[in-house]
Amino acid sequence: MKDIRFIQGNEACTLGALYAGMDFFAGYPITPSSEIAEMLSGELPPRGHTFIQMEDEIASLCAVIGGSLTGRKAMTATSGPGFSLMQEALGYAVMAEIPCVIVNVMRGGPSTGLPTQVSQGDVNQARWGIHGDHAIIALTAGSHQALFENTVRAFNLAETFRTPVILLYDELIAHMRERLEIPSEGEIPLVERLMTSVPRDVDYRPYLAREDGRLPMSDFGGAHRYNVTGLYHDMWGFPSTDPSVVRGLLSHLVEKIEGRENELTFTREYETEDAETLLISYGSAARTARQTVYEARDKGIRMGLLELETLWPFPERKVRDAVAGVNETVVVEMNLGQVFEQVRRVARSPERVFLANRIDGRFITPPDIRKVLRIIAGKGVWA
Amino acid sequence: MNVQNYVRKRFLPHLWCPGCGHGTVLNALLRSVDELGLSKEDIVMVTGIGCSARMAGYVDFHTMHTLHGRALAFATGIKMSRPELNLIVPMGDGDALAIGGNHFIHASRRNLDITAIIMNNHIYGMTGGQFSPLSGPGTTATTAPRGSIDPAFDAMDLAKAAGATYAARTTTFHVRELQKMLTGAISHKGFSVVEVFSQCPTYYGRKNNTGDAPEMLKAFRDETAKIGSKTLDENPELIPRGVFVDRDAVDYGEAYAELCRNAAKEAPRC
Repeated sequence: MKDIRFIQGNEACTLGALYAGMDFFAGYPITPSSEIAEMLSGELPPRGHTFIQMEDEIASLCAVIGGSLTGRKAMTATSGPGFSLMQEALGYAVMAEIPCVIVNVMRGGPSTGLPTQVSQGDVNQARWGIHGDHAIIALTAGSHQALFENTVRAFNLAETFRTPVILLYDELIAHMRERLEIPSEGEIPLVERLMTSVPRDVDYRPYLAREDGRLPMSDFGGAHRYNVTGLYHDMWGFPSTDPSVVRGLLSHLVEKIEGRENELTFTREYETEDAETLLISYGSAARTARQTVYEARDKGIRMGLLELETLWPFPERKVRDAVAGVNETVVVEMNLGQVFEQVRRVARSPERVFLANRIDGRFITPPDIRKVLRIIAGKGVWA
Repeated sequence: MNVQNYVRKRFLPHLWCPGCGHGTVLNALLRSVDELGLSKEDIVMVTGIGCSARMAGYVDFHTMHTLHGRALAFATGIKMSRPELNLIVPMGDGDALAIGGNHFIHASRRNLDITAIIMNNHIYGMTGGQFSPLSGPGTTATTAPRGSIDPAFDAMDLAKAAGATYAARTTTFHVRELQKMLTGAISHKGFSVVEVFSQCPTYYGRKNNTGDAPEMLKAFRDETAKIGSKTLDENPELIPRGVFVDRDAVDYGEAYAELCRNAAKEAPRC
C-alpha cells in the first residue's frame, strides 16, 4: 500500500532526510524552519541517532561537521539570519571537504526581515556568502514531492562530492500542506560514503583524490589518524602554503563542482517544446509560473516553463539552450532578480530577458506575471 | 616514557617562539596521556585558531584544527557521534573566552565528557600582541598602547558558574601540578577545564616589561599560591591555583544515551 501523507514542506524535508539515512542533526530554532528540528527531536532518539540543540547556528554547523567526519550523514536546518551565522563553518566544510546538508528555509531579509513571510532572497547568499573563491551546490524545490526527492538528492550529492550541499526553499513551501507520496524503500537510490580501502597502519592520505576526483574517506576517530584543517593543506591534511598545493587544492574544490554541470543541474520543463514565451522560475514561484502557463495555453498562447531545481552550480547550458529558442524569457522570482541576473548573463540576447517579481512578502500571483507580459507586448499596464 | 612516541616528528620543528610556554603544556599533556595508558587511537584533539591551536598538528592523535573559538562546538559533534573517544580541546585565552565564550559556557552547562585546556598567555600571540578578555586592566598590548581598561574574566569563576564539573588552574612553572590536573581532567567524567598560565615572552613579555621567559616563570611562581595554603591566606592578592571544582553530575552523553534507550521502547512515530 502506498504511504500517502498530507503534510507541511518542513515535514516532507524531514522525511526525505530520514529516508536518505540522515543520522545526525544539530540545530538552533528559527522561524520558518523550526518544525524540522522539532520533528527530528522526536524521531532520532528512538533510532539511536543524534539530535542536539546547540547554543547557536554557528555551533550547530560546527557540530554537524564533527558528526559527519566521524561517519554520520549529518544535517542542520535554519533560515536567513542563522544561515548568515553559518557561513564561517560552511567555508570550513567546503575547504575540509566534509559532506553535510544545510537546509535554509528562506524568509524575507536582510536582517530579521520578515520572519514568517515568503521570499527567495538568499539565492546569491548561498553562492557567495562565504569568503574566498569556491564552488557550492544548492538545490531547491517547488512541491513537497520534489522537496522530498531533492532532500535525498542533497545527501547523495554531498556524499558523492564530499561537499556541503545547501537545500534552499521558501517559507511558502515550508508551511504549506499538500500531498506527499513517500517513495518505497529503494525507489530512490542512496549514495553511501566512499570509504578508503587503505588498511590500518598503512599511510592514508585523506586529501589524495582518485582519478575521478573523488576522495575516499576514513571515519575520523577510526582506523587512520589524520589531520583536518581549514587552512590550505596537502594530501595528508597538513597545512601548506606551497603555491602548487594552494593552486591545486583551490582548482580541485572548484572543478569538482563547476566541472560537472550535467551531473549536478536538475530542471523540469512544462510546455516548452513549441513555446514562444518562456518562463524560468523555481521554488514556490514556479507554481505560479506553471499556473500562468496553463492559463495561457487555454487561450492558445504558446508559453512554457523551465523550472530550476539546481540553483548552484547555475544550469548555464540548459538555460542558454532554452532561452535561445524563444521570443522572450520572463524570470519569475520573489527577490530583486537574483536568478534573473544569471539568466541574462548566459543568454545570447539578454535584452529579451525580463523579470516578474514580488519583494513585499506576499506570494507572487499569475496577474503579477501577466502584467509584465503585457508590458513586453507593448500593451501597457491595466489598472 | 618517551613523549616523542606521541609526536608527529615530521612536522617539527614547531612554530612556537623560543621561551613560549605552550610546549610545556604539550609535554605535560603527553605525559598525562601516557600515565593514563591511553592509546593514540582513542584520542581526538580539536583545536581552534591561534598559537595554541597549532598543537593539533604536532600530536599523533586524530586531530582537527578548526575555526577561531569553535573548537568545543566541533568537539561536541564528534563526542555525540563517537562517545567512546577521548576529546581533548586545547584553546587560547581569546579562543576559549572571547570569540568562543558562548561555546565555552554551553559546553560547561551541558557537561558532555570533553577536556578543555585554556592555555592562557593573557594575549593574542598569533595576531601580534593584542589584549584578550583575560589580559586585565593595565596590560599593555598592541591594541592597548596606554594600558587596557578592560576588566578580565576569571576562567575558574566562569567555568564553575556555567556548570563545569571539573575546573583547575595552574601555570607552566608548576609542571608536575599541571600534569596531575590534566590527568584528573581527562579521567573526569563530564566537562573538565584546566586553565594554564603560559608565558608569552614575545608579545606579553616585551609589551609589559616582564623580562624573559625564566623571569615570567618566576613571576608565575611568586604571584600564585595553592588554594587552602597559608601563603594564600596571608596574601589574598595572590592568584589561587588548584582544583576549584571536582564534582559528579550527569554526563550529557550518558543522559542522551538513556533518552534514546527509553525512546526506543515507544511505538514508531513516522
